Amino acid sequence: MSTTAADTTVDARGATCPGPLMELVGAFRGAEPGTVVALLTDEEQSLTDVPEWAAESGNEVVATEDEGTHYRILVRKS
Amino acid sequence: MTDEIVVVGGGTGGAVLANDLAERLGPEVDAGDVRVTVVNDGPDHVYKPVWLYVPFGLREPSDGRRPLRDLLDRRVDLVEDRVTEIDTERKRLGYRDGNGPRRYDHLVLATGSRLDREEIPGLVEGGHDYYSEAGALALQEELLSFTEGHLILSVIGSPHMCPAAPLEFVFMADDWFRKRGLREDVEITYTYPIQRVHGNPHIAEWAHPLLEERDVRIETFCNPEAVDPDAEVLETMEGTEIPYDLLVAIPPHRGSEVVEAAGLGDRGWVDVDKETLAATNAEAVYALGDTANTGVPKAGSVAHYEAGVVAQRIASAVHGRPATATYDGKTVCFVETGMDAASYVEFDYQNPPTPKPPSKSLHWAKLAYNESYWLTARGLI
Repeated sequence: MSTTAADTTVDARGATCPGPLMELVGAFRGAEPGTVVALLTDEEQSLTDVPEWAAESGNEVVATEDEGTHYRILVRKS
Repeated sequence: MTDEIVVVGGGTGGAVLANDLAERLGPEVDAGDVRVTVVNDGPDHVYKPVWLYVPFGLREPSDGRRPLRDLLDRRVDLVEDRVTEIDTERKRLGYRDGNGPRRYDHLVLATGSRLDREEIPGLVEGGHDYYSEAGALALQEELLSFTEGHLILSVIGSPHMCPAAPLEFVFMADDWFRKRGLREDVEITYTYPIQRVHGNPHIAEWAHPLLEERDVRIETFCNPEAVDPDAEVLETMEGTEIPYDLLVAIPPHRGSEVVEAAGLGDRGWVDVDKETLAATNAEAVYALGDTANTGVPKAGSVAHYEAGVVAQRIASAVHGRPATATYDGKTVCFVETGMDAASYVEFDYQNPPTPKPPSKSLHWAKLAYNESYWLTARGLI
């Protein structure tokens, strides 16, 4: 079950690396600071790509939820 | 009633597909039982790989243009118009000028990519590209007279057409300046949005040391969010500011607006089954090439191989047989590694690429293929 609220959701299920991260980056373009984006991904590599990019770009991974068939990674724009 | 097969887009995928269908369904087309129509929004077929060579003064955009009619089988109808509406419930199409078939039994979307430079503020004013005819010519103007300063090749949008082309451009620029005795006066930086230098980890692993050997500065996790054309600075989402003298960018890409409006997929890329290439949100609709959201590169070879699969599947449907052809993700690509050397990769969904050692013979193979491409468009090779 999803437990953390998001302002917007990006469904990147089915996309392979680097697709999910690029979709997240796309959602961050033009987003207001404080916006929380939920990335839905079934690409295992997103579990490392996304936190690495968040750290590099000064954004924050709020939560990573295992939804069974996919992950829901929530990232807040700084 | 005539079986209407409508192919939207007359690029590599659309042309190869239409010619393949004409071959497979020739007797039915001649008998009037089947009609194959290509709808294209201009008179020409454009072979985009030529654009890589334009900035260096080696080719002209006209080398990549030929009348589409000349490349299509005589049994294929060509309509010059633009599809403006797709109603997948009623299997109906709307057109800018009203020239094409109103209904379809089988629809193939091969509408390709378009550049969305406006997505990055300042990019139109401050950046150059070689992903369009006009862009390649404008860059040629700049590059031919560029003798010193900082050249940045920045991959801003991904996915984009021809994932090898940014690396190729950098390798070629390095060699080109070196051979002209200018390399010490030209700093080259390559930026990529993720943590490595290419989306495919195997190609990234191969390319990274080559870039280092050539003294190309590498910036990964680099996502430009604006360009300041007056200050000549690239501003990134990661908080860095990179000054440039010549910015060559791979702009964000989108597919066709009509695809998005029809609810077939986001950003104009059609959601498809990766093997059958059938649209997931509609019946009797296929997508191929750049338009199909498969995760494989947006490359001509992909469109070529996918066209063969879609042609077989549609021909099977017309003949009332089960469609069994599937796409295995096959992609082939020559990768220029300088002005007179190239590598080659071949891969699919199951097998990753292993780039061949760069050689002159692969470079000449690439140039030879570029010349013989017109036979591919005709469906001959």
